[in-house]
Amino acid sequence: MKAYPKLSLKKKKKKEMMTAFLFLAPSLLGVSIFIMIPFLDVVRRSFLTAVTGKFTGVGNYKLIFHNQAFLLAAKNTFRFAAVCLPLLIVISLFIAVLLSRMKQVQLLKSAYLFPMAVPAATVVLIWKLLFHKQGLLNAFLERIFGNTIDFMGSNTAFWVLVISYIWKNLGYTVILWLAGILGISEAILEAARVDGASESVCFFRIILPNLKPTLYTITVLSFLNSFKVFREAYLVAGSYPHESMYLLQHLFNNWFLNLELDKMAAAAVLLAVVLTGFIFLLQFLWDDRGEDEKPEKRKKKEKEP
Amino acid sequence: MKKICSKIAKGVLLGSMALVICFPVYLLFIGSFTGTAELTENLMPVLAEVKGMAKFSLFPQYPTLRNYLELLFDRPDFYVVFFNSMKIVFLTLAGQFLAGVPAAWAFAGFRFPGKNLLFTLYIILMMLPFQVTMLSNYLVLNHMGLIDTSWSIILPGIFSTFPVFLIYRAFSGIPKGLLEAARIDGAGEWQLFIKIGLPLGSTGILSAFVLGFLEYFSLIEQPLAFLKDKSLWPLSLYLPEIGLADSGYAFAASVVALIPAIFVFLLGQDYLEKGIVASAMKE
Repeated sequence: MKAYPKLSLKKKKKKEMMTAFLFLAPSLLGVSIFIMIPFLDVVRRSFLTAVTGKFTGVGNYKLIFHNQAFLLAAKNTFRFAAVCLPLLIVISLFIAVLLSRMKQVQLLKSAYLFPMAVPAATVVLIWKLLFHKQGLLNAFLERIFGNTIDFMGSNTAFWVLVISYIWKNLGYTVILWLAGILGISEAILEAARVDGASESVCFFRIILPNLKPTLYTITVLSFLNSFKVFREAYLVAGSYPHESMYLLQHLFNNWFLNLELDKMAAAAVLLAVVLTGFIFLLQFLWDDRGEDEKPEKRKKKEKEP
Repeated sequence: MKKICSKIAKGVLLGSMALVICFPVYLLFIGSFTGTAELTENLMPVLAEVKGMAKFSLFPQYPTLRNYLELLFDRPDFYVVFFNSMKIVFLTLAGQFLAGVPAAWAFAGFRFPGKNLLFTLYIILMMLPFQVTMLSNYLVLNHMGLIDTSWSIILPGIFSTFPVFLIYRAFSGIPKGLLEAARIDGAGEWQLFIKIGLPLGSTGILSAFVLGFLEYFSLIEQPLAFLKDKSLWPLSLYLPEIGLADSGYAFAASVVALIPAIFVFLLGQDYLEKGIVASAMKE
C-alpha cells in the first residue's frame, strides 16, 4: 500500500516528460538540424584551413584580426550601435513621456509605428531620391542654405544610415517605453503630486528609476535590431558602400559571395560569443533589479487571463 | 492658459513629427499616380546626372492610373515575385504554427529535465542576427540540396525561435488550476492543448504572426545569400532592381508591394503592440 502513491507519482512524472517531449519534438528537431548542429560544424571549421581542412588552431582568428576590412567593419558596426542606441532611446523616451500624458494617442502611435510595417525594399526608391547628390533633400538645402551635401559619397553616409534606423525603430521603442510608463502605479505619482512634487521631480525621482527594467530590454532589442539596418544600407548603396557605412553585415555577405568560409566561420563564432556575452551581461544587470519589476509583472499576470 | 498653450505645443510637436515620419510613404503614393513623363522630367538630375536638382510635385500635374495599368497588364514578372513573397510568408507562418506553437506549449505547461537550459538556448538563438547563423544555414541547406529553392528561406524561417518565445509568454498566462481541473475531468493532453491552450493563447499566437508577416515579407539577407535564380526572388529583392529609369512602374510596384503589409498592420496593430510588449518581457 505504501509504495503505491510513490509509484504513481513517478509514473506521472514520466508521463509528463513524455508529453512535453512530444510537443517539443518537431521544433527541437528543426532547430537542431538547421541551427545548432551546423553551428557546431562552423565552430569546428573556424579552427581549420579552408582549402586543405588542416587544423590551424586560432589561425583564422588571427587572420580576421589582421584583416583591414574586418577591422573597419567591426569598428563601424560598433560605432553605429554606440551612436544609434542613445539617440533612439532618448528620442523615444521623450515622445513616450509626452504621449503618456495625452488622452487620444492611438493615431499618433500608429503613425510612429507605421515604418515598422514598411518593407525596406518599398522605400528604398524614396531613400535614393532623397539622399542623391542632386536629390530632393539637396534641392531643399540648396534653396535654403545655398549649399549641398554629398550624402552617400562622404561620411554623412553613416548618418543617413542612423536616420533610417531611427525612422524604422522609433515606434517600436516608443511602444515599449509607453508600456513601462503605464505600468508605474498611478497611486504613487498621485501621492507625490499631492505632497507638492513638481512634474520634473516626478519624472526624475519616480518615473525614470521605475523604467530601469524597460531600459535594459530596449537596449537589447534595439541593439539586435540594429543589425537589420543592413537591408536599407545594401539596397541603397550596394555591396561596397562608402567606407563610413561598411558594416559587418556587408563583410559577411561579401565573404559569402567569395566563399571565404574560413574567415566567415571564425567571425561568426566570434560574433556569437560577443553577442551572447552582451546578452548575459544585460541579463545579469536585469536580475540585479528584479525587485523593481515584480509589481509590474504581477499586474500583467492579473490582466492576462 | 499656460497649460493649454503647452498642450497645444506638445500636440503640434508630436503631430508634425508623425507627419515627417509618414512623409516618405506619401511621396511613394504620389509618385505612383504621376505619369512617367512627368517623373522623368522632374527626376532627370538623379537619373542622368545632368546639372540641376531633382524636383517632385507634391500633387501630380496630371494624375494618372497608367502606372498601375502597366503593372496589371504588361508585367507578368511582377505576379511571379509577388507570388514568391506570399509563398515564403505563408509557408513559413504555417510551419511556425505546426512546430512553434506546440513547442511553446511544452515550455509553458510542463516540467522536464534540461528545460531551463534549452529555453535559454532558444532565447539566445532568437537574439542572434542572421550573420551569425548564415554559414550554418548554408552548410546544411547545401548538404540537402536546397540552395536556390524557396525552401532555403522557408525551412530556417519555420524553426526561428522568436515565435516560440512570444507564444510561450501567452501560454504562461493561462492559470494552472484551469488545466488541472480539466485533467481531473478526464481531458487528454492533446485535448487540453487544442481546447484550452489554443483559444486562450490566441492573442499571443496572432501577435507572433503579425510580427512574423512583417518580418518575412521584407526579408533581404536570406534570399540575397541563398537564391541566385531571379525567378525565385521575393518582392524585396525585385523592387530595387527596377531602377529609376522605369520610374512610373517602380513607384506603382512599390505601392502594390506595400499594400499587404499595410493591410496586416492596420488589421493587426493591436496584436502588434501586444507582441512588441511581450517580446520585451524578461524571462
